[in-house]
Amino acid sequence: MVNTTVDLCGVRLDNPVMAASGTFGYGYEFAELYDLDCLGSFSFKGTTREARTGNPQPRIAECAQGMLNAVGLQNPGVEAVISHELPRLAQVFHKPVMANVSGFSIEEYAETCRLLDAQPQVGWLEVNISCPNVHGGGMSFGADPVLASRVVSAVKAVTTKPVIMKLSPNVTDIAAIAKACQDAGADGVSLINTLMGMRIDLKARRPLLANTTGGLSGPAVFPVALRMVYAVYEALTIPIVGVGGISTAEDVLEMLLAGATAVEIGAANLANPYACRDIIADLPAAMEKYGIQNLSDIIGGAH
Amino acid sequence: MKQGFFTIEENRPLAGDVYEMTLSGDCSAFTGPGQFLNIRLEGKFLRRPISVCSYTAEQVTILYKILGGGTAGMTRLRPGDRLDVLTGLGNGFDTAKSGPAPLLIAGGVGLPPIYGLCRALLSEGKRPTVILGFNRAEDIFYLDKFRALGVSPILCTADGGAGKKGLVTDGMAEAGDHTYLYACGPTAMLRGIDALARTGGQYSLEARMGCGFGACMGCTIETRSGPRRVCREGPVFDREELLW
Repeated sequence: MVNTTVDLCGVRLDNPVMAASGTFGYGYEFAELYDLDCLGSFSFKGTTREARTGNPQPRIAECAQGMLNAVGLQNPGVEAVISHELPRLAQVFHKPVMANVSGFSIEEYAETCRLLDAQPQVGWLEVNISCPNVHGGGMSFGADPVLASRVVSAVKAVTTKPVIMKLSPNVTDIAAIAKACQDAGADGVSLINTLMGMRIDLKARRPLLANTTGGLSGPAVFPVALRMVYAVYEALTIPIVGVGGISTAEDVLEMLLAGATAVEIGAANLANPYACRDIIADLPAAMEKYGIQNLSDIIGGAH
Repeated sequence: MKQGFFTIEENRPLAGDVYEMTLSGDCSAFTGPGQFLNIRLEGKFLRRPISVCSYTAEQVTILYKILGGGTAGMTRLRPGDRLDVLTGLGNGFDTAKSGPAPLLIAGGVGLPPIYGLCRALLSEGKRPTVILGFNRAEDIFYLDKFRALGVSPILCTADGGAGKKGLVTDGMAEAGDHTYLYACGPTAMLRGIDALARTGGQYSLEARMGCGFGACMGCTIETRSGPRRVCREGPVFDREELLW
């Protein structure tokens, strides 16, 4: 009997597989198909202080081995999330959930995190300083080590739960940003958010997405994410959540060997709504195949 | 929503780039006309959402048009091939709103859900009037299927090659009074219909979707009641809800 448990910032996960924010809503749609309690956890839809309608249509494009999205942080705002979504979520998921937060100012990040930190269901705060699809917020905080560390300090000052900073791959040196977050007091980092990309509509001769650019995700980005997790692991002592193109149990093992303590599954959920459940079910056999008894033993094992 | 494996029974060209595919499998997730299914295709990352034309407990028929590599690949699938399909997606039409004599309008490949709706309305004892619009005579499909139901659609072609020359909006005067309106087709067509509409109505919309089951917010549109997912709260919307 293999042991799939891992410890993420002091919170035990039955297995390291979490669903990534923005691909799992608040869980209800997936709860129609399977018992969500098989998940290690999941990160719910990115939440901002005020409600956001997101970007105009079209917001989705496809590419080889992946997809682009330019949703633009559509969400009902933190108060509606707390009053309406979290009570419903509590009925379908009975473990600590990860609260994903975005913002357009340091004050907004802090306030939204403070409100979600007070919710008993919330196990971790995942602070998204890497959304490529909004202007004047999101990624601009994650592209600058000084701004990133200010967000961390402001959030840490008003919260009690582990703060995990979600980092952008659209930077020159992701390890430097990650180190700045650690030095400012972050409890962990998650990476990568989507890579900026675009498609062009041949008939219209215009960008296919109304937002011109979107975020690339799916199996196409897995090697990029893996390499970034590997690089960040060398620079950090805090836990890493590996995200980007994971679609099999073997991908999970690679991510852990690169240095991730846990993983998030994103785009795979959209193509196959059972992706997380299937990956979790396949994990013990994959561990046995590669002679792994305790999953936590292999974290960073490739270094 | 349900996920299941379906076996292709038939896959044949109808007219132009439009094909008809019949699949057998568990159809218990469908609740009425106007819903869609979402098919996983070999070599494509995202599924292909396609509206349902008709279904029974064990079979579902879809009509699809070749729009890109995914749908082109579908034409090469053969009877006996198996597909991973999500079924029972979307809200579907509300037939309770129709009144005794609703008007149904379909343009091009917007026809399939209107055909399913027409069958459902007839089974409820209602008397639908149907307008079908195509670009050219050689694009016409399913006219015989409607006639087999006992309805005589008002046929419009943009080039005048068959039926009335003009758009479906030109056919609306001929249709006369009706109690309600249902339509599916290109956005420009729906806008044109809406400008002439004198009753309540429901339109089935199209959108680029990520998941097709409500998780990714990729297909959200703004409505009078706030943001709504075309895949979940739609694809059918009351005409009063839409912001054109």
